[in-house]
Amino acid sequence: MQFPILSTLIFTPIVAGILLLLLPAENRIWIRRVALVAATLILLMSLFLYFSYDVSRGGYQFLEEANWLPQFGIHYKLGVDGISLPLVLLSGLVIFSGVLVSWNVEDRPREFFSFLMFLGASVLGVFCALDLFLLFFFFELAVFPKYLMIVVWGYPKTREYGGMKLTLYLFVGSVIALVGTLAIYFGSGLRTFDLLALEQAGFPIEFQRLWFPFVFLGFAILGGIFPFHSWAPDGHVAAPTAISMLLAGVEMKVGAFAALRVGIQLLPEGAQYWAPAILLLATINVVYGAFIAMVQTDFKYVIGFSSVSHMGLVLIGFATLNRDGLLGAGMQMFSHGVMTALFFAIVGMVYDRAHTREIGALGGLVRKMPWAAVGFIIGGLVSMGMPGFSGFVSEIPVFMGAWQVAPLVAVVAILGILITAAYIFLVVRRVFFGEIPAELSARVGDVSRKDKLVIGMLSAVMILLGWFPSLLTRLIEPGVQSILALIGGGR
Amino acid sequence: MSFLANHLLSLILFTPTAAALVMLLLPKEKTTLLRNFALVASLIPFVLTLVVWAGFDPQPRADMPFQFVEKASWYSAIRASYHLGVDGISLPMVLLTTLLTPLAILASYSIEERVKSYMILFLLLETGMLGVFLALDLLLFFVFWEVGLVPMYFLIAQWGSKNRNYAALKFVLYTMGGSLGLLLAIQLMGVAVGSFDLLEMYQRWPGLNQLSIPIGLPVSTVKAIAFWAFVVAFAIKVPVWPFHTWLPDAHTEAPTAGSMILAGVLLKLGAYGFLRLVLPLFPVESQQYAGALAFLGVAAIIFGALGAWAQNDFKRLIAYSSINHMGFVVLGIAAAAALLNTSSPGGLLDKNIALNGAVLQMFNHGLSAAGMFFLVGVLYERAHTRDLNDFGGLYAVLPVYGGVLIFTAMASLGLPGLNGFVSEFLVVRGAWPVLTLATALAMIGLFFTGAYILKALKMVLHGPLNTRWQGHLTDMTRRELVVMAPLMVLMLLLGVWPAWLLDMINRAVAFLF
Amino acid sequence: MSSDFTPQMWRSIFPEVGLLILAIVLLFFDLIWLKRPQMRARWLGWITSIGIVLIMGVAAGVSMPQGQGSIEWGGMLRFDAAGFVFRMIFMSAAALTALFASQFEAVKKRGEFYALLLISTLGMNLMASAADLILLFLAIETTSIPLYVMAGFLTRDDRSVEAGIKYFLFGAITSAVMLYGFSLIYGLTGTTQIYELSSAFQAGNLPVGLAGLVIVLVLVGFGFKISAVPFHFWAPDVYQGAPTPVAGFLSTASKAAGFAVLLRVFQIVFAGQGSLWMVLIAILATASMLIGNYLALAQRSIKRLLAYSSIAHAGYLLIGIASDSELGTLSVVYYLIAYLVTNLAAFGIVNLIENRVGSDEIGALAGLNRRSAGLALAMLAAMLSLGGIPPFAGFFAKLLVFAAAVERGLIWLVLIGVFNAVVGLYYYLNVLKVIYLHPPIEEKEIVPATPGWRLAMWVCMAGILLVGFWFSPWYSLAQAATSAIWVY
Repeated sequence: MQFPILSTLIFTPIVAGILLLLLPAENRIWIRRVALVAATLILLMSLFLYFSYDVSRGGYQFLEEANWLPQFGIHYKLGVDGISLPLVLLSGLVIFSGVLVSWNVEDRPREFFSFLMFLGASVLGVFCALDLFLLFFFFELAVFPKYLMIVVWGYPKTREYGGMKLTLYLFVGSVIALVGTLAIYFGSGLRTFDLLALEQAGFPIEFQRLWFPFVFLGFAILGGIFPFHSWAPDGHVAAPTAISMLLAGVEMKVGAFAALRVGIQLLPEGAQYWAPAILLLATINVVYGAFIAMVQTDFKYVIGFSSVSHMGLVLIGFATLNRDGLLGAGMQMFSHGVMTALFFAIVGMVYDRAHTREIGALGGLVRKMPWAAVGFIIGGLVSMGMPGFSGFVSEIPVFMGAWQVAPLVAVVAILGILITAAYIFLVVRRVFFGEIPAELSARVGDVSRKDKLVIGMLSAVMILLGWFPSLLTRLIEPGVQSILALIGGGR
Repeated sequence: MSFLANHLLSLILFTPTAAALVMLLLPKEKTTLLRNFALVASLIPFVLTLVVWAGFDPQPRADMPFQFVEKASWYSAIRASYHLGVDGISLPMVLLTTLLTPLAILASYSIEERVKSYMILFLLLETGMLGVFLALDLLLFFVFWEVGLVPMYFLIAQWGSKNRNYAALKFVLYTMGGSLGLLLAIQLMGVAVGSFDLLEMYQRWPGLNQLSIPIGLPVSTVKAIAFWAFVVAFAIKVPVWPFHTWLPDAHTEAPTAGSMILAGVLLKLGAYGFLRLVLPLFPVESQQYAGALAFLGVAAIIFGALGAWAQNDFKRLIAYSSINHMGFVVLGIAAAAALLNTSSPGGLLDKNIALNGAVLQMFNHGLSAAGMFFLVGVLYERAHTRDLNDFGGLYAVLPVYGGVLIFTAMASLGLPGLNGFVSEFLVVRGAWPVLTLATALAMIGLFFTGAYILKALKMVLHGPLNTRWQGHLTDMTRRELVVMAPLMVLMLLLGVWPAWLLDMINRAVAFLF
Repeated sequence: MSSDFTPQMWRSIFPEVGLLILAIVLLFFDLIWLKRPQMRARWLGWITSIGIVLIMGVAAGVSMPQGQGSIEWGGMLRFDAAGFVFRMIFMSAAALTALFASQFEAVKKRGEFYALLLISTLGMNLMASAADLILLFLAIETTSIPLYVMAGFLTRDDRSVEAGIKYFLFGAITSAVMLYGFSLIYGLTGTTQIYELSSAFQAGNLPVGLAGLVIVLVLVGFGFKISAVPFHFWAPDVYQGAPTPVAGFLSTASKAAGFAVLLRVFQIVFAGQGSLWMVLIAILATASMLIGNYLALAQRSIKRLLAYSSIAHAGYLLIGIASDSELGTLSVVYYLIAYLVTNLAAFGIVNLIENRVGSDEIGALAGLNRRSAGLALAMLAAMLSLGGIPPFAGFFAKLLVFAAAVERGLIWLVLIGVFNAVVGLYYYLNVLKVIYLHPPIEEKEIVPATPGWRLAMWVCMAGILLVGFWFSPWYSLAQAATSAIWVY
């Protein structure tokens, strides 16, 4: 019996969250400390997992299994493979960054950090779960932290609308997926939620075609698939900084990841059947998201819509159902997660100081907050798929995958990149360069040292990955191989 | 030492990056330290290039088309590798880059504002440019192709003159827009061939007649589309008429050193792309569309010259002259493309001469354009205007400057005895038998070249002196002369004894095509 | 059938006997402390509660049926695991309600209130184990009449009186209809013994129209107890008017009792008519969910909101019944356990807030998080459990209900169910929004309630969490009850 590292990973934030609730509300110093210690532990553990995963062996590792409700086929079963491990690492990074950028939360920090921890536990749980029920359990666990954090600590003008919209959209998605999951449970005849067993169940083809849309679409809503994407910008914009980071950076990956793990891995033939439709929707995601991002006047909405556009690439990668596409999707999930977390962190820093997010009202901030400017530019370059940054090495395989099944998708989707470049350069220019408005000049100061740590860390990850993609592909490749084995070696 | 010897190209490539990273840690107030550090750092690749040059065997062999090759796994998941190497075409370009960068940095000593960021960007730019010349992997090529854009964008947008934001954005969007097609084509080829390695691509792509891509089009059509995607991307960079409109803006707004590098090296990237990728990978299509290419080249020569003639802004004039000069490169390439599959000895000779001319013209234009832009910058720093009408009679006030300017302008004009003549002559000589009409038209363009350069010289140096400048202008400083000296030496050297460079180029093109 | 008394017979009704004795003991204490209202206020709830817990403990020892169960008391009572599990549910609800009642000024000193509570529980116990329509009817009345009184207990409060009368009138009418149904059954078959009826009702023995009529008539009575649409009209007014602990008790124990009989009668007597009533129940389920949830959206009183939500929950529960499968039955039992702790907690908190703020508007909860973080968390747990969010009890309960329907291929019903779950989540989250976001009416902290209330709340919270992720014990209970009902 090895040390249950995954359980420790998941329960660290849960314990920290409960511990936080037990602290007196006035004790801000200890509240922050507990949160920081927990976040650091999570980051360290995810790094440990990253380094100790045995690539040559591949498959699911660090397995843990315990009976939960065996009568109903529910097991507490955890494990990570090459697809989920990068996402665990991503969660570790984003949670850690989220705690740092929220250091100065004034309003009820105890509840804030506690809910943040619960949200963290939820995403980590989904990534590690190898039991469908457990996956759902963690998936839904995120509902209340998400909602309350947006509503309570969010942007006053839109938080009630944005929070409710986000929560309900995602809940709709998850319950639809739940119906599909239950159908899988009964359809397999195995009466088990064990993913590994269900992967081998071999469902009849009509069954797969019928139920694939339920499962895939249900989860993909959380991944921001068109036309169910509109929660994302509204929700992200309404959320407080750390939650925007987690939502766009990690939660959207949760949706995509679950769509892959439950939809494509369990119902591969259904996936084949529906792949053209997904390709179509995802391509619209890419181009439409970029277009809408371009016409936004609110700094944060730009980023919100850019997430929609980028998640489209992940979904395209999935729908190609071939090695390159899936590899790219895996890379893009990580890359986009880090990038968008950085974006939202910086948007938050700017807003905290300038008290406005109107692009027209900002300007010349590079002189006041050079770190933020450089970080945003790096994020922007990742976003537009500039070579040398993680975005490029993620998008290339997606496109290569698309070429193999639907060349038109590649040709159309690349427009998204050009549009992205255009609006990123525009935003960078208007917000960070040019003349600084007089009233901002007095108000805006540099970012804190903790903020710099966040910017530096996330930027470094993206550049490192841009030059050394094998850092991640060494994990993702074996992960993709096992998926390909399930879907019959691809097409 | 053997490690160093085996990784010379990597060292050339990444020394500037390493230096940039070190500069991040230097204090930003110590501007002198920063400048000197950047200069010294940029001299290291130059010295290393000379080492490579010394060890380079000019005669390529079939088992070793490229030398100083390095190959390591990079993005093995999608079958792209870190593959570097030089041959007789790329080595002169590497030399040009590593030579011009220190000179440009030296020329930037007059920059006072945010020196640290400026120097860091410049060093990163150097890595980007070198990477394009060194890469032997299509994906790696693209990576460096685009990487150079970012520092250049910020150099223009931050240190440029008043219309810089517009110019920088136009530059970036043009180039990125052009690269999209390139990127798509590269992806397509990578998928079809199953590798991005250039050597493998050379062998397999041209003969490929079955695509593993469900595109529903005949292979030849797909190849033609890919060909045009490549051509457009490179044509924008060169730039070829009608894709040139970004260039005058970018050049005019960029800081002096930026213009030097832009004209001296960045434009060569496009031409290099034609030679390295388009001709070998698309021999059939190249031949098929050689006429169109020649037409574009000639249009660039004529319209570039006419455009330059019409300018009153000194820098803009030089910018248009770049279009004009790069037109000859394209013409040479078009001539070679037309003769690509020829087997007659005469045709082979013409092809080689044209290619020699094109590559040499790239090198030469790098020298003369960099020199001209620098000289414009020198004048602008003193007079704060670039309007030709404001000048006049400066020869009397600035004799040294006047001499240097005339020398450089003559090289640019193509005066026999200086470098420009040699390469333009070779191009014309090589192109004449195949593209007679185009070449004849190009000769008319050459006439205009003389006209605009003389116009500029006249308006700056001769005629009545504008009294405004009496006593306000100082002659070139020693630093500025140090910048110009190597360029002028090379211009003269290549004018009287081009063989040292041409021999290497000739063997390379004879082997490759 | 032997006419001799056997120990088995006494064991089968031990809890009822215990409850009766406890009620008498209570009335006795009420008399002793006639002049000492403080003592009554402080101890009566505790006595009731501890008494019930003792009875439950002893019952777990002696009244645990062995094997498949048996029929006792001359065919009147079924002594099986289903009855046992439901009794435990009712008595837990009663014990918790007694403690919650100690926070309610108007009832905490009144011995007769607790006695009525016990008698009503006794009736429910009999409902869950009745094996004869006659006893069933008596048990239903034994349950209902004390509840009518309890609902109208606040004689100085018009709304309470109205609640009592309304509840009584509805109850009386539906009882009468149900009784008519029972009489038809007797007339058609000549027996009232449930287990004998099942064979008489085998498909084909009766014309479909007549069987359908009987089913509808019986369903009217049961529908009233579980407050399913269209027999739900009483619920909002009664929940709002009745003393809050009574409302909690009505929504949990009384509803559970309704489902207990619904399960036994439908799964045993009408087992052969499954295809007939499955559709009927499914329609009722749909109507209940839709009407309950959509009307809940418009409510401003938290009690009315909970009332409509309780109607909606009856709808979810009916999905389990409509599935007409073992998993369906199991899911209903599990759901009832989850709903018990959840809704009691919700009403408990409403009780306290009403007590402190003096209003049952949702607005009274504003800023609860700042006034008492613990209470806010408790309400959060209750609301999310109602909404079906893990790790709270409602999640797994809902999942089981939906699973049962999916298993039977009732996909349309499940889809309606899940979309209603979304609507439900909307208004539950709105309550949380008020608690966490809106500024408090006054900054004063809400002081801790009586020890009894606090204990009950802790138990409910523990229940919400334990039922929410430690499934095995509850699942086993539900499974035991299911196999007892599905013995035939």
